[in-house]
Parts: sequence; C-alpha cells; structure tokens
Amino acid sequence: MSWNDLQTDMAQQGYVASDDLAMALYLALSLGRPLLLEGAAGVGKTEVARVLAAVKSTQLIRLQCYEGLDAGQAIYEWNYQRQLLAIRAAAEDGETGSAVEARIFSDDYLLERPLLKAIRQAVAPVLLIDEIDRADEEFEAYLLEILSEFQISIPELGTITATTRPMVILTANGTRDLSDALRRRCLYAHVDYPDRATELAILRARIPGIEDLLAGQIVGFVQALRREELEKTPGVAEMLDFAAALSGLGIADLNSDPQVLQATLATLLKTRTDRDNIPTEVAQRLAGRAA
Amino acid sequence: MSKVTRFAGRDPGPNARVAGFMAHLRDHGLRLGVGETALAVEALTHVRASDPVEARLALQAVCTGCADEVAGFEDLFDAYWRNDGRVREKVVPSTSASTEHMRNSRSAQGPETDGNGRMDSPDDSGGEGEAMVSGEGRLVGSRLQNLMKTDLRDLVSPEDIRDAETVARRLALALRDRRSRRRRAAKKGAMLDMRRVLRQSLSTGGEPVRLPRRKRPDRPVRIVALCDVSGSMTIYARVFLAFLAGLMRADSAADAYLFHTRLVRITEALRDPDGLRALNRLTLLADGFGGGSKIGAALDQFAATHARRLVNGRSVVVILSDGYDTDPPEVLGDALLRLRRRGCRIVWLNPLKGWAGYAPVAAGMAAALPHLDHFAAAGTLSDLAALEQEFTRL
Repeated sequence: MSWNDLQTDMAQQGYVASDDLAMALYLALSLGRPLLLEGAAGVGKTEVARVLAAVKSTQLIRLQCYEGLDAGQAIYEWNYQRQLLAIRAAAEDGETGSAVEARIFSDDYLLERPLLKAIRQAVAPVLLIDEIDRADEEFEAYLLEILSEFQISIPELGTITATTRPMVILTANGTRDLSDALRRRCLYAHVDYPDRATELAILRARIPGIEDLLAGQIVGFVQALRREELEKTPGVAEMLDFAAALSGLGIADLNSDPQVLQATLATLLKTRTDRDNIPTEVAQRLAGRAA
Repeated sequence: MSKVTRFAGRDPGPNARVAGFMAHLRDHGLRLGVGETALAVEALTHVRASDPVEARLALQAVCTGCADEVAGFEDLFDAYWRNDGRVREKVVPSTSASTEHMRNSRSAQGPETDGNGRMDSPDDSGGEGEAMVSGEGRLVGSRLQNLMKTDLRDLVSPEDIRDAETVARRLALALRDRRSRRRRAAKKGAMLDMRRVLRQSLSTGGEPVRLPRRKRPDRPVRIVALCDVSGSMTIYARVFLAFLAGLMRADSAADAYLFHTRLVRITEALRDPDGLRALNRLTLLADGFGGGSKIGAALDQFAATHARRLVNGRSVVVILSDGYDTDPPEVLGDALLRLRRRGCRIVWLNPLKGWAGYAPVAAGMAAALPHLDHFAAAGTLSDLAALEQEFTRL
C-alpha cells in the first residue's frame, strides 16, 4: 500500500486528507512511529484517528487528556472496591493472608485504562491521545516512556509487554508548548483549515445530496467568515453543521432569506462577541460575495 | 535543464546526501539528531524517493516539529535538492569546513578599525572613530526589508545572559501572583479533601482508601514580550535580547517575539539550553534585523494571530520599543486596543524615556499611551531590575 492508496481509502471513508497529512500518516504506519497532529480547533485532527481505525478496520481507543490526568486514569488502576470485598469475604472463609494477596493482585482485579488496553489487544488498535497539550508535563514524560518501550510495569504484576503495537496519534492545539523530546519521538503534520476546493470536497463527501449552488455558497461563506476578526474561527465541523442546518431547513440559496441565514449562524459563531461582530448586513455581504 | 541538484562524482551515495541535507537543516535552526537522519533514510525507502514531491512530503513529516518549520520546509528542501542543476561539491560537511562556513564574526578576520564600537553601536570616541554600522535601513526607505544579517552572538555575551536571567527571574516572580484563596481538588496537595474522603470511603466499606486532596491552584501570569529590533533600537538590542533570553529560561510559560518589519516568534529558539546557540538560532530567524520598524502592523498581526491563543486576562504583554513607527499612528492605537480587549495588561518599556526632557511626542507613542497600563524607561539592565517594585503592583 502506498500513501496514495491510504489517501484514497480515507477519502472513501469521507475524509479528505491533504498530501502532507496522508504522507505523514502513511510513514507513521510504515515506520511504527507515533504521529503528532497540530492545528487549530475544528480542523479535523481527532477525525483522522477515527477514519484511520475505519480504514484499518480496527478498534479506536481514545485517551482524552485534561489538566490533572494521572496514571490511574490513563494506564491502569486496581479495583479497590472488589479487592476490599474479597478481603472481607476471605476473612470469613479463613483464607490465608498470602493466598488473598496473590488473588487480589491478579488480572481480575485490574482496571484497564486506555494506554494499558491499547497494548493488550489481539489486533493492533488505533490509539488516539487527544489534546496532549492539556495534560501536565509529568504525564507527558510518562507517556514518552510508554511510546518508546511499549511496555508498562505494574509493581504487583510485573512488566506487561505489548502484544501488538498500537498506531498512535497524538493531537495538540497549542495550549502549551510540547517538550522537544516528545516532538522528536513523533512524526509531525500540521493540519490547517482546508482551502476552498478541499473544503468543497469534504462537504460533498459528508453531505452527498447537497446542491452544487448551495455547497459553493456555504464553503465560500465559511471561508470568508474565517478571514473576519473572530474569537473562535469556525472549523470544518461547524461548516458541516451549518450545511446540515441549511439543507435540513430546505434552503436552496443562501441569499434567499437573511433571517434564516442569521439564525443558522448559531452553528458557526459560538461566542456572543462573534455574534455581535457579524450582524445581518455583514452576513449578507459575505453571503453575496460567496455566490 | 533539470532543476534537480547534481551531485559531484565523488559523492559517496544517497545516505551521505541525506546526512548532508540534515546538516543543511540544522544550519537553518531545525533541531535534528542522528536518530532523525536514520529515520529519514528509512522513510525514503517507503516512498518513491525519486519523485521530488513524495520525497519532500516524507522528509517534512520526519524533520519538522512545529508549524513554523513546516512553513519554511519547502524552501529549505528546494535549496538543497533542487538547486537549479548546480553541482553540490561537498555533501557532508567535515569539521574543518564547518568552522570556515560558520558565521562567527568573533573569529573572523575582518578589517580592524581603531574605534571601540561594536558592530551595531557607534563607538563612544565622539564620532571620530570609523564605525561599522549595519543599520543602513535608517537611511534606505524603510519599505525595503533590510536583508543584512547581524550576528546576535556578537551583540550579546554569555555573561549578559546570566545577569539578565537573574533580573528576568525576579521580574517574572514579581509579575506572577500565585496566590488564590480558593482550593481545588488536586492530585497532590497540602490538605486532604475531607468531604470527598468520607464520601469515597463509603464505596470501600468505610475504609478511606483513596485520599483526595486539595490545593491552592497555581494562577501563573503569562509574560508575553515583544521586542523591537528595528534600526533605531539596535543599540539597546543587546540588553533586551539578553533580557528575553533570560526571561525564557526563567519562566517556562513566557513567550517572546521580535519585530521589525515583520513579527517573528522566538520562544522556541530562546529556550535552547545553550544560551549562545539560542542566539545563533535567533540570528537565523531575524533577518531584517536593524531595518525599518512597523510597530503597528507587527502588533496588529500579533493581536490577530498568536494573541488569540496565548493572551488572556492573566497575561502581561511587555513591549520593548522606542515607539518610532513608520506606519500611521492609528494602526498602532487600534492594534493596542484590540490587544487590550483580550483583558491583558500592557507594559511599554521605552529606552528613550530615561533621557532628560523626554516627552512621548513620537506620533506612535502618543497614540499608544492611552492603552498602556504602565509606561516606563528601560535602556539598561539596571533599569529593568528597578521595575520589579512597579511590576508587583500591576
């Protein structure tokens, strides 16, 4: 399989990948390296992992990072409740201490979290580590170790080595700068807002029944909106929501009804300031130019 | 004629060419090790390496690490591999060759003059010594980008960085108000969260197995520094760049930019653990150093791009500039207003303010004044150190 095949396969799943992205993804798979995707919110970074899992017909395991994410949430945790129950029950049955200990620190009492789960699959899954820049730096360091060794050591059980190597995709959107070490370990692709032609292709792939005139207007409008001064620039997902809203309302021409356009802007503009910045006249002007 | 670079007959082979390319990238500020070279060669075996587009995409995925690097990669690639059919003689730079080619004006044998001025500052012998000035941007129309490169390593010494680091660290501390009255759930913390301990102990039969904790959250203030390196500021650049370098090392959340006719983000470059190498990388980023200044346009660009991501109510934007702008003053005023709307505090440090009888009459400075939280003088390191008191009050 070459990188063009991967690009075609992804297109069949409804994801239009740029050359940069398809190549980076293809190399990440061939070289067995993690891939770091960076770009603004809403350009389809997370979607890459979902589509890749579909292309490879494998499972997607997702780890959503957040501030304060710890090993217990990301790797594994002992099931304390069950362990306590087992201890209580054992006390009544008169089981010896060492037997109880061996039992409660076995696989049955282990709660798998995404990272451990990902390396214990029979078929290599896609592991998505979403918004890595939100996690703390200490977690990043921990992650580095796992990504290079693909093994996890649990003091009570010993070292668990990967049965299969997951395909790892990390996403970041610049909440903080990532460490050099992590960047060096990964291949890199920057995902940008798509250009007009690409966005049109995405829209056609996702909403197949859409009229040519409306599709062109929607993409033109959203592209123009991105050049306006906004707090939150609408991403591809918002554009698709907007298109779905318009076709759901049975609109065939963006310029036909200013009020409906203004109402459907709720799918694109998500803060009050942004709504205020794009009053009806501005929206009309943009829509008029988009045609 | 083909655009592809022709390699000399004695060229040892593709591996060496890739190694040469990596050295070329390293010369342009990308941080790549031996591991990446091996990976690049391996990556090329997975694609049709003879196709320039495929080769570029593959090398780009391996060699780049941030958006800025991606943006410049195509040019770097073309410069090495598609050099208009020119023969590239030396693929692997040998150690002796690298010392020759490295732009180190400290060891260079330039024409000596009697003046004691440095490359960018006039000597203080009353204008009699022959000064080598690189700031011809002051005379040439400032619309032209000054492409002359100035070696920043010649402007700033390691000792400067060390001194500046101390000052920067103190300022960073003064600016950061870490105290918060509230406590929040946390992994590690001084206090037990008794309420949650009790609640969670119910699920383990009254035994407190999990011990949730609380702590006072860290509320760091992010310092964003923008330094003017236009022609009129060159003599202060030494202090300011050392200060920025110090700030970047002292405060891991800080962010730094240079501007002259363009805006350049230098945070990544300045974080380099080797201070002098950081400045070397900066030199590569900052072509146009000592040219004209478009403060308004640069700040406007900052407000429209980086500020959206990095500047919020907990940020302090420090602008180091003399306020001599070639743009109309309204541009500067509007840019500051936009920045201001993000809720940040803006501090303007002007080296000229220290002069006796200085009044902010430069049109740009006058337009900026109403938007500033603090306007102070800063021409030397001791001036910067003296700001500590005032920064605590911000």
